[in-house]
Amino acid sequence: MHCEGREGMKELQYDVLVIGAGAAGLAAALEVSRNNASCALVERESHLGGILIQCIHNGFGLEEYKEELTGPEFAERQVQAVRAADVDIFTDTTVTQLNAENDRKEAYCYSAVYGVLRISVRAVILAMGCRERNRGNIRTPGTRPAGVYTAGLAQRLVNIEGYIPGQDVVIVGSGDIGLIMARRMTWVGAKVHAVIEIQPYPSGLTRNIVQCLNDFDIPLYLSHVVSRIEGKQRVEKVQVSPLTNGIPDEENSFEIPCDTLLLSVGLIPENELSKEAGMEINPQTNGALVDATMMTSIDGVFSCGNVLHVHDLADWVAEEARRAGAYAVRYLRNERPKRQIRIKAGANVRYINPAMFDPDNPDKLYFRSLIVKNQAKLQIKLDHKPVKEVRLSHVQPSEMLHVKLKPKDVAGWNIMKDSVLEVSIE
Amino acid sequence: MASTDAAAVRADVAIIGAGLSGSCIARQLSAYELDIVLLDKECDVSMGVSRANSGIVHGGFHHNLKYLKSRLEIRGNLMYDRLQRELDFPFKRCGILVAALNDEEMKYIDHLYTQGVENGAIGIEMCSRERMFELEPKLNPDCVGGLHAPGGGVLEPYRFVFSVVESAQKNGVEVVTNFEVVHAERAGERYRIHAADGRQVEARYVVNAAGLFADRVSEIFGAEEFQIIPRKGEYFLLDRATEAAPQRVLFPVPTKVSKGMLVIPTVEGTVLIGPTAQEIEDKEDVSTNADQLNLILDQARKMVPKVSQTDVITAFSGLRPALADGDFYIDISAKAPNFIQVAGIQSPGLTAAPAIGEYVKDLVKKAGCSLVEKADWDPYVSKLPRIRDLGPYEADNLVNANPAYGNVVCRCEEISEAEIVEAIRRGHTTLDGIKYFTRAGMGRCQGGFCSYKIIKLLIRETGMSYKDIQKCGAGSELLRDAL
Ligand SMILES: Cc1cc2nc3c(=O)[nH]c(=O)nc-3n(C[C@H](O)[C@H](O)[C@H](O)COP(=O)(O)OP(=O)(O)OC[C@H]3O[C@@H](n4cnc5c(N)ncnc54)[C@H](O)[C@@H]3O)c2cc1C
Ligand SMILES: Cc1cc2nc3c(=O)[nH]c(=O)nc-3n(C[C@H](O)[C@H](O)[C@H](O)COP(=O)(O)OP(=O)(O)OC[C@H]3O[C@@H](n4cnc5c(N)ncnc54)[C@H](O)[C@@H]3O)c2cc1C
Repeated sequence: MHCEGREGMKELQYDVLVIGAGAAGLAAALEVSRNNASCALVERESHLGGILIQCIHNGFGLEEYKEELTGPEFAERQVQAVRAADVDIFTDTTVTQLNAENDRKEAYCYSAVYGVLRISVRAVILAMGCRERNRGNIRTPGTRPAGVYTAGLAQRLVNIEGYIPGQDVVIVGSGDIGLIMARRMTWVGAKVHAVIEIQPYPSGLTRNIVQCLNDFDIPLYLSHVVSRIEGKQRVEKVQVSPLTNGIPDEENSFEIPCDTLLLSVGLIPENELSKEAGMEINPQTNGALVDATMMTSIDGVFSCGNVLHVHDLADWVAEEARRAGAYAVRYLRNERPKRQIRIKAGANVRYINPAMFDPDNPDKLYFRSLIVKNQAKLQIKLDHKPVKEVRLSHVQPSEMLHVKLKPKDVAGWNIMKDSVLEVSIE
Repeated sequence: MASTDAAAVRADVAIIGAGLSGSCIARQLSAYELDIVLLDKECDVSMGVSRANSGIVHGGFHHNLKYLKSRLEIRGNLMYDRLQRELDFPFKRCGILVAALNDEEMKYIDHLYTQGVENGAIGIEMCSRERMFELEPKLNPDCVGGLHAPGGGVLEPYRFVFSVVESAQKNGVEVVTNFEVVHAERAGERYRIHAADGRQVEARYVVNAAGLFADRVSEIFGAEEFQIIPRKGEYFLLDRATEAAPQRVLFPVPTKVSKGMLVIPTVEGTVLIGPTAQEIEDKEDVSTNADQLNLILDQARKMVPKVSQTDVITAFSGLRPALADGDFYIDISAKAPNFIQVAGIQSPGLTAAPAIGEYVKDLVKKAGCSLVEKADWDPYVSKLPRIRDLGPYEADNLVNANPAYGNVVCRCEEISEAEIVEAIRRGHTTLDGIKYFTRAGMGRCQGGFCSYKIIKLLIRETGMSYKDIQKCGAGSELLRDAL
């Protein structure tokens, strides 16, 4: 690490900068340092671990550590490994600007501890995670009183700050965060009156439906929306409407009195920094378009974890981030793939990551289904010719899927320069 | 807002309502040797009509000069540059375009142009189709021509009010919040004004600038009878990253009831679309409604086809405090002595506000109050640095002087701890108060990340209990219990 000041500002130089120290950033930084490159890990919060810290429930680590851990336990293992490695960690430090077009990239970081820092590197790994969609994003009409929270904010208030936001709760969205908060709010003594889901099927894991709703007799309304919020100063009630042909059915609407509405309506990758740096975004994921090495459209800038696409499992985040870390170091050594071909999302596939394939280094592909189906089939075609099939016992849009391609899969493929690999679900 | 215990307050002038009108009147009068109180029923200033509107400093062509509102609009517009220098609020003369989508509408543009010229609107220009697209490439391709008013601009109304109030306070005006005027009686040469919570203020002159409730306040003082009819306007706010952001404020050709649905590049870089126009009954009903919101998207797309619902970060509505004849009613009461009416201040009330201040100052004098200029009146307020406006080097200096500028609390709008602490110290002690003062929580995540941090700063700075932290006023407490 070199430290020099220009016009008073502190300037630091490294091989790699990792932005964000959640599951992704921690795994990426560790991998960079294992490959003997110097690494700065910058995190805006005062703690490491990102969103994991507030997920005090079980369900983490089965793949990474072969045992079931809570979020903070999962983070703790990652943090210990990173602290033991040669990584310079800057907490309470926010990256506010990234200039990445040149060979040497510069990040400006604001911190109450270090002042303004300029970190100059050759490669950057984006691991900024995501933010929650909010009321405005789903355009729920009504008044604008106190008592409307995103589920993650409520989780933070309860699990970390120790505050209970309300007593009579309605939850919008049946994703895992919504389900887990239904149970959590019940445990802290609140009454959860309902979970409202716009889709005809729940979007969380079946395990969570059973353990978080059924065990507590919390009703789940499928194909319903909260069509209105009422209350002057604090939420007083919500209007709930069944959906008929995708439109709220006013006539069959009903009201639920409550003082709190928790929104668990999806996550959006936090790519503002990346967009300002000029990075190309995949409209399907709101994350970067990355090649087989997890590199974005900007040379030397890599992306992984929830900032690339929203993951369900921290274990998969860590796996993906390790790849980004390893490829970033190879980039420093000018080791780039000899060839890459395009991967295309085919029938019933919403998106697939990465968007390019390196036939000489086949690896894992992550994707999401557009349909709900039991006994589905994954079909991979090379230039319209089927080359691999995988049975999938169950697919649904809210569950991320993956397939790992091996050298032996690729061995007999006739790959041309402009070949396209297409992944579809039948 | 920090308020003085008003039990013993005796003033020369009491102004009821701390919106754009009341605050500009207070600041104007603060230049004279007078004891002035500015009263408002809400927890902070600018929480009435002046909180939710289009934020446009109008271009002076929409109304005929026979209306008082038109004359004050013209005058008010001209006062903004100087105010900006004195009061340090974000304001930009970005200009206004009115787009005609067919030949019929083009005829109306003719009329607006002539009216603008008669009104003395500076730089107003009739535009061909080509000129329109040169000024705004994002316009609907169907546009056939229009009007350009370069003197129009945008600002954040609440931010402006905060600055005006700060200046008034600096010059001796007392601000009393959570003071809902419910009753008044004559006590000799004065009025004794009672608040809902029992506090009292006495004053020789009273200005009624109570916005939507000006009719009620007039009744309380036994003055003229009139009715304020609330007309609701709903909006969507779009993310600053939207591709729909125009260079100038875009108007359609106006209808009889309103100036139509606009696409507004706000001074802070986001985009506002709306407002609708719907007469309602309940003056406290600022809810949004599904049908209206769909209308906004449809209409805004007629101006800028790139408007997309995926860019929406929030929706809100405001109520126009209209009188039946559509004009402002600003006059000395013929019924209640030393009582001045400032009612019906709908659009262009923001544009006119500085001129309303001047106009009412003269009415106060006319009513018999002697105005003696203060020798030490100071029109300037101290500038508040905002890290998002600074380059890294300037920011570094600031952080060296005060490390709290380096702690970015609101990530979306880049607001530092130091800025939030400053807001709290200036008396903005609710989540909304801090939000409107600093912008923390106004960005794309709408407070999802920073609310808990701001709650913690509020507790640290004020010593309040978590149970007392409010969104905006009594009843809006955010936290119910602790573990
Ligand atoms: C509520 C919830 C419940 C979950 N439950 C489970 C579960 O049961 N099992 C499971 O396996 N997975 C679960 N997950 C998923 C998994 O935990 C996440 O996908 C994973 O932790 C995301 O890691 P990340 O590093 O990509 O993002 P994050 O953890 O969000 O980390 C991003 C980090 O970047 C920092 N950052 C962002 N921008 C900047 C900047 N400009 N400068 C500096 N720092 C910055 C942020 O502060 C943050 O710490 C859950 C997720 C959530 C949200
Ligand atoms: C949808 C919409 C869009 C608009 N767009 C524009 C625009 O682009 N440009 C423009 O120039 N103008 C615009 N306007 C008009 C402008 O917003 C108003 O004219 C202006 O805000 C009125 O300010 P005010 O101070 O008169 O009223 P208010 O801001 O309502 O202030 C009155 C205050 O009185 C207080 N009060 C009421 N009753 C009592 C009581 N009994 N005791 C104590 N306090 C009391 C209230 O709490 C309130 O704070 C718009 C208005 C609306 C609604």
